[in-house]
Amino acid sequence: MYLHLRPIELFNTDFMKEKQPTFYEEVIDGGLSRKDFLKFCTTMAAFLGLETSGVGQIVHALETKPRLPVIWFHFQECTCCSESFIRASHPIVANIVLDKISLDYQETLMAASGVQAENAYKAVMEKFPGEYIVMVEGSIPTENEAYCCIGGRSAYQILEEAAKNAKAVVAWGNCASAGCVQAASPNPTGAKPVHKVISGKPIINVQGCPPIADVMAGVVVHLLTFDRIPQLDELGRPKAFYSRRVHDTCYRRANFDAGLFVESFDDEGAKRGYCLYKMGCKGPVTYNSCGIIKWNDGISYPIQSGHPCIGCSEAGFWDNGPFYRHLPNVEGFGIETTADKIGLGLGVATAVGIAGHAIVTNIRKHRDISNTPNVDSETLKEL
Amino acid sequence: MRSRSIPLREVYVWEFPVRLYHWINALVITSLCITGYVIGDPPAFMKGTEAYFNYWFGTVRFIHFVSAFLFFFNFVFRTYWGFVGNEFSRWYNYIPLKSKQWKEIIDVIKVDVLQVTNKGIDSIGHNALASFVYFITFLIFVFQCITGFGMYAAMSTAFLPKLFAWIVPFLGGDMQVRQLHHILMWGFILFSIVHVYLVFYHDYIERRGVTSSMIGGWKFIEEDAVERHDSEEKANSEK
Repeated sequence: MYLHLRPIELFNTDFMKEKQPTFYEEVIDGGLSRKDFLKFCTTMAAFLGLETSGVGQIVHALETKPRLPVIWFHFQECTCCSESFIRASHPIVANIVLDKISLDYQETLMAASGVQAENAYKAVMEKFPGEYIVMVEGSIPTENEAYCCIGGRSAYQILEEAAKNAKAVVAWGNCASAGCVQAASPNPTGAKPVHKVISGKPIINVQGCPPIADVMAGVVVHLLTFDRIPQLDELGRPKAFYSRRVHDTCYRRANFDAGLFVESFDDEGAKRGYCLYKMGCKGPVTYNSCGIIKWNDGISYPIQSGHPCIGCSEAGFWDNGPFYRHLPNVEGFGIETTADKIGLGLGVATAVGIAGHAIVTNIRKHRDISNTPNVDSETLKEL
Repeated sequence: MRSRSIPLREVYVWEFPVRLYHWINALVITSLCITGYVIGDPPAFMKGTEAYFNYWFGTVRFIHFVSAFLFFFNFVFRTYWGFVGNEFSRWYNYIPLKSKQWKEIIDVIKVDVLQVTNKGIDSIGHNALASFVYFITFLIFVFQCITGFGMYAAMSTAFLPKLFAWIVPFLGGDMQVRQLHHILMWGFILFSIVHVYLVFYHDYIERRGVTSSMIGGWKFIEEDAVERHDSEEKANSEK
């Protein structure tokens, strides 16, 4: 279904001069029914948190508006965002990325290569200035730009040029939003997320490693329907999907409040589905929709499968490890050193210091304590 | 029997609001540290039961949050009192801006910490080093309130916690905020240990009744120290 590529179109950029087909036309051409289309619109409206009339808005937008011209870059990353997207269970979600949003340049999925590929994305920039969306997977090296080069140009140069006339930039995943594993200490390539490299453009951070496919689709549908970027939180993430903590939407939350914790992966608590807090679950510090939308057509998500959340939609989650302990390591104190160990060590040192000080006090200040010089004159005479 | 007959004056140092602040603070900090530690590393003492029988961890968190609100408003009140209270509770005691304060800080280090001389310290209220350390703890109070409310904002619709939500993007995320909040907790614990010891130490050495002064408000100060203080005050007011 999603091997619906049109190599001729990708090789021949003339197609862009023609009228762009709407999303709806593409869906029907692809052999799906109107019922499927409406189901998709309803699902997306629900994910985006729209009111009932929002379904109509989405249907109308997808029926009438031409496809979104998109340039999709892969920089320092593992392509798991693309992989997540094309594994979306709903056929239309998958279709969005493959050819329905006019994915004019996508290094992994496009049929074109070499000069033709370069021409394809340059054509988008020329034909649709101020209209196309730049979608970025991966971080940008700044230590030495040469660490990531495509077609003889560095990631930074490519992104800077493409973003200049873009309508908006979508940063897919943790790499493009926060640097992910490449930016983890010691960050040898000086990897930086999109928002640290590009300024003056609306940037949407679609966090996660990878983000949930339905979330990615939701962001695209929002852009298409409303012609503006979704409401974002302080870290640039769409509020519709990242305003609640995994912890607050977790079905195991009742076990947390009751103080029922898994202590090892094979204990009775694990079997009973207790809270994974003590196994290092980062749910309480992670904002994502895993607990609600879940993965793979709503089948499950890490916690439901018995694994603690690793906090993959948060900046610096690699450096706040280990994954299987609640309290992170303290940098500069070596492996396995938590704030509690340091605190306890300092506490003992303080107690030892106090004991020493008390002993010295009694020796050195013996006269002060018995106050010999201060006693009145009569007592002095007696002495 | 040993007895002393030395000229002392009773001085009213800590007014009632200051004492009330101190003891509320002591209570809520104790509560915050214990509940905070339990929240960070909960004991898994219950097994083989279902979630609907219990809510103890939720209660621990509730106590932590209530204590935090008390702590915050108590501190706000103390800050206010630093502008209207008596001379010993005023803000300028806590920030060493004068050379006299720095001189006394060095003296206190020599006399009390290193114990290389036996010279007495004149200050009637806090000595300059103690005041400065309290100032640092006030900064920790502020950071602890910001980070705490910053994390709390995500699960609250209240106005006050939302004021501190900016700390989360500032530090990069909840993980970093949480870690800082946890490290600062140890600051409170270490401070409390040293604080209690030093109060006992000063009571033992100086015998000005510093421990009970936080209950009754009065200290026993040597007459000549009071006179020096008064004449200094007079000189200052003439200026």
